[in-house]
Amino acid sequence: MSAVLEVTDIQKSFGGITAVDGVSFDVREGEILGLIGPNGCGKSTLFNCILGQLTPSGGEVKLDGKVVTGLRPSELNKLGVSRTFQLLQVFPKLSVRENLILAGQEHQGNMASRLVGRSDAGLTDTANQMIGFFKLDHLAAEPAGGLSYGQQKLLDAAMAFMGGPRLVLLDEPAGGVNPTMLSDLKERLIAINREKNATFVVIEHNMEFVMSLCSRVMVMAEGKVLAMGRPDEVRKNPAVIEAYLGH
Amino acid sequence: MSGFAKPLKIALGLIVIAGLIVIPMNFNRYGLFILSQWAVMTIAAMGLNLTLGYAGQVSLAQGAFVGIGAYAAAIMTTHGWPLPAAIPVAIVLSFGVGWVLGYPALRVQHHYLAFVTLAFSTLAFLVFRNESWLTGGIYGISNIPRPHIFGIATNKPLPFYYVCLGSLAIASLAVWWLIRSPWGRAFMALRENPLRAQSLGIDTRRYTLMAFAIGSALGGVAGALYAPLTQYIDPVPFNLSLSLDLLMMVIVGGAGFYFGPFLGAMIAVLLPEWLRFTEGYYLMLYAIAVMGLLIWSPTGILGILDRYLAERRTKAASALRAVAKSRLETAQ
Repeated sequence: MSAVLEVTDIQKSFGGITAVDGVSFDVREGEILGLIGPNGCGKSTLFNCILGQLTPSGGEVKLDGKVVTGLRPSELNKLGVSRTFQLLQVFPKLSVRENLILAGQEHQGNMASRLVGRSDAGLTDTANQMIGFFKLDHLAAEPAGGLSYGQQKLLDAAMAFMGGPRLVLLDEPAGGVNPTMLSDLKERLIAINREKNATFVVIEHNMEFVMSLCSRVMVMAEGKVLAMGRPDEVRKNPAVIEAYLGH
Repeated sequence: MSGFAKPLKIALGLIVIAGLIVIPMNFNRYGLFILSQWAVMTIAAMGLNLTLGYAGQVSLAQGAFVGIGAYAAAIMTTHGWPLPAAIPVAIVLSFGVGWVLGYPALRVQHHYLAFVTLAFSTLAFLVFRNESWLTGGIYGISNIPRPHIFGIATNKPLPFYYVCLGSLAIASLAVWWLIRSPWGRAFMALRENPLRAQSLGIDTRRYTLMAFAIGSALGGVAGALYAPLTQYIDPVPFNLSLSLDLLMMVIVGGAGFYFGPFLGAMIAVLLPEWLRFTEGYYLMLYAIAVMGLLIWSPTGILGILDRYLAERRTKAASALRAVAKSRLETAQ
């Protein structure tokens, strides 16, 4: 399996604090990689460095073997890298369907065709399929701000898939989502992973969710990689138990 | 406005358009001037509504773009060019300057951006006043001709009112198209959450600059109509207070609502006339009315309507749910 994403020695400091301290790893085509670690260990900062939201102080990010360090988030998204945020990020005033169309429209045509072409950029059918897939049918025309937290979380995840990404970085997709909806979400993620051959990196604190979803897990502590391996290996690793899982 | 049935909306629109065409036929010179001014200011306010209301970029420079358009049209038409040739020049010029003014918005936001645009507004005013070789300085430019459209002279107030109304119609259609296109959606994304917009592939830089440039271009169109409307321009009408007036039109009407600028410009242009009987108290009453409105509804007049319709929808939805629930219970 070839690596979709190769991260080499990424560093990020804020003033005197080193949030990410020389992290290297790669993500293989089609896998679901879990990223766990205590709060403040640099998981989200690492995501932001990979995705161009932050400029790393050092190191390199490669997508399909090409260096993409320092590209803007919108440029990376066009290259097929998508994400969700830790905090909910839907557009509350737009309807569920409009949110999804918005999430996919920049992948259709060019600036000119988006001005003179169809209002929905030809995405209504795709959006409706996504709505059906995430079981949001009855809410399609509702403003996203009126949905429950869990439903917005599903929409948030659905939006990340509208552009047909190859690589999706999910930042705590399970946070604040009830168990029924969570198993729904997991099922959907696995389905997309298999059918569309999309590769995932998932930050999550819900151990059961991570261990059952991911093929490999990377553990971070204090800005460094503490362990990397299969879920069952990581679970038994003494250093991981010490730093994160507890006894 | 989504609470009304579509045929009703179309009928209402047709009645308003017919009214705007037919009723002013009986107006005197002054009434037609006021109404023409409303049409012109609505175009400028629509531009600002695009920049501020949809794309969320604060600008205190819209008046300066009206000035740029007005001077471009005045200079060209007094040198023998027809107005239909001057309008595209006004559009290109204000679009270009607006694009450049958009660059600070890539770095600063909100009230900081307001200050940057305010400085630009002052700069434009100084250029209008001091570069007298081009603009006539404080003496301004007089005897600005009105155009011949399809061979018809528009010197008289009524034909020129129709020129303004026709331009408003074209601008309205263009803006309507723009905001329901993917661009409009991207503008709203820019306003509501630029970070998320970026992560969805939306080139926020390009859309920010576009929002400024297109909004400014509409200001330029308004200016290019303002010059032949008044037939005389000097720097004073394009100072900061015009920018503030336009901002107020957008806010009072309802920023981010399509019909906001129409309503806001109507209030700003017509209310002073209606309140004329109060003589010296007019400005005070006006100020109190605006303050009252914004305390009651920070989202402007259309914000009130929107809230009312949203409430009605919620009630209708919960009534439906109640009915469904009781049916379920009886079925059990």
